[in-house]
Amino acid sequence: MASVKSSPADLAAFAGAIAAGEIEVVDLTHTLTPEFPTIVMPPELGQCAPFRMEEVSRYDERGPAWYWNNFSMGEHTGTHFDAPVHWISGKDLPRNSVDTIAPADFIAPAVVIDISRQSAADPDYELTVADIEAWEKEHGRIPPRRWALLRTDWSKRQGRDYVNMRDDGQHSPGPCPEAVRFLVEQRDLHGLGTETIGTDAGQAFHFNPPYPAHYYMHGKGRYGLQCLANLDRLPPVGAVVLAAPLKIRRGSGSPLRVLALVPRAGEAA
Amino acid sequence: MTKPLARPKRKDPLKKTRLPLLPAGMRSRTAHGLTAAAAEGRFQLQVCADCAQVVYPPRDACPRCLSHRLPFRDADNRGTLLAETTIRTSTDVYFRERMPWRIGTVALDAGPSIVAHLHGDLREGERTRLQLKLDKSGQAIVMALPAEDTPDMHDDPQWRELTCDPKYRRVLITDGRTAVGQAMAEALSQAGAAIVFVGIADPWKPFPGEDRLRKIERVETVALDLTDTLSVNECAGEFAPKIDILINTAEHVRAGGIIERKGLTVTREELEIRYFGLTRLAQAFGPVLRARGADGVNSAAAFVNLLSVYALANWPAYGAFSAAEAACLSAAQSLRAELRPGGVKVLNVFFGPLETEWYQTVQPPKVAPSALARATVSALQQGLEDVFVGDVAEDIRARLAVNAKALERELGS
Repeated sequence: MASVKSSPADLAAFAGAIAAGEIEVVDLTHTLTPEFPTIVMPPELGQCAPFRMEEVSRYDERGPAWYWNNFSMGEHTGTHFDAPVHWISGKDLPRNSVDTIAPADFIAPAVVIDISRQSAADPDYELTVADIEAWEKEHGRIPPRRWALLRTDWSKRQGRDYVNMRDDGQHSPGPCPEAVRFLVEQRDLHGLGTETIGTDAGQAFHFNPPYPAHYYMHGKGRYGLQCLANLDRLPPVGAVVLAAPLKIRRGSGSPLRVLALVPRAGEAA
Repeated sequence: MTKPLARPKRKDPLKKTRLPLLPAGMRSRTAHGLTAAAAEGRFQLQVCADCAQVVYPPRDACPRCLSHRLPFRDADNRGTLLAETTIRTSTDVYFRERMPWRIGTVALDAGPSIVAHLHGDLREGERTRLQLKLDKSGQAIVMALPAEDTPDMHDDPQWRELTCDPKYRRVLITDGRTAVGQAMAEALSQAGAAIVFVGIADPWKPFPGEDRLRKIERVETVALDLTDTLSVNECAGEFAPKIDILINTAEHVRAGGIIERKGLTVTREELEIRYFGLTRLAQAFGPVLRARGADGVNSAAAFVNLLSVYALANWPAYGAFSAAEAACLSAAQSLRAELRPGGVKVLNVFFGPLETEWYQTVQPPKVAPSALARATVSALQQGLEDVFVGDVAEDIRARLAVNAKALERELGS
């Protein structure tokens, strides 16, 4: 990447391009609703709280001129960000929680790897190193500190099909352990973003190591984004992702609004 | 012969829904001995501890020996109907709407004569058995039944006024994901409910028994998550006007005492599902139930709470769970007073450990979900307020009545 000296004019031009629609802002976030599934753990383990909302007042005797709600949820509910401290492999890293991560890390370019065709055919499809190399042949080597967004079109599924629970657990696509290691070690990935409930495949408990995306990503201080939407509206390269979690003290993650900036011309960078 | 109840027609939308009225409700403190017996379906009268005289109506002193020791005891309920009369008009608005109304004088074999409400199949001079029932205002009254059961006797209008019979009523079972919820759906369908709505939370999670549940006759599943206020309100918005009996089957059973819960995550879940869930149901469905207490054959009749008997006395092995159940019991007592103006009963069904997964490590005796469901239906058919199902529940209740402190020590050792 060539180093760029930025001036106030650059930022003004950037804002102007957004206002003019030359840079499109794509919302990668699901709406927070009580019905949106959360990750399923065996019932004897601790559970992630789903999104809930209680009306405080609605122009009524509880508050005559105003409407507002209290809400509650887990750090890993809805479209959310995973900090390195979320996983045991990242527990001792510096600046590993949402409140201490360098703010600049919340803005980073993204590449989009499309495995939607394979995932439609096989809900347990595992992204391989070969898939990544094939992608690079077409779009070039993945530069350092990129978000890799895994497009599976899973976000277009609803309810039961989205979670896809069977009596042997959840079935949804994700990366195989070697692919995660490759991305983290060989490509210095910024983080992995997925449309599914976790960054890992539904059956990743049975991988070695279990949950490799969590294990390797967070072990190297990198991030996760899950339950993303609209990845089909992003180009393979050229989008910039804004993903700033809530500043929760020692928080392991946070629901957030994820936005992608996409140059309307399409290919760029 | 009782005329069998006809399935009610759909309501005429041009007709005003009649507001519930109550019969006169004042009773002396002593007379509430009858209320206590009626609430559980027992026939008890005062029996003088000094001269063994059976006393009715309730008094503070024995009419024979003036002793003040007049405890309520199980009594022989058999007698003979001496005289009957049919009331055809009344200045009381409650009875005026329900005319004609038969009452009569029964000579009990045990001694006293009692003025009782009469079942339609009972005639002057015949043998009878008496039952204590709770009327719409929650007070005990005496009902005289034929000595033997008669066909369709539960359909008698005077009887049905005192019960919460599910026949032709529309039921909501709040959680169909559990074995208890599914057994309840089966039992209510068999009891002749017109429709059994069964709430399903998290429809994206498959659950055991799902296919069977959906095949039960007259069962319709609806989206309902008791931990979600919006979901409960939405369900009530759509269905509350046609729910006559609400049965809350939501459960959250986890072992462990208060200290053993590491943090509040599980404690919060148990309160979310049980106490807050009950509160959400009461707020969303309560007002409509209360307004529909006199809405014809399928009037609103009952709000049913399934409660662990450890709501009455904490079992520290399931200590945090017991505390949540106690919160539900307390809420149910409030709800009882709040729903009474509508003539809607709150039935509390108490039970010990169940034959379900979360009581896996508990030794028998345990209550099968089907037995719990049958007991609930039976309690509704009798119009009870409190019922204790199974040996453990009855045992806890008996020990509590004798010595609450001893029970506390025993449960905690």
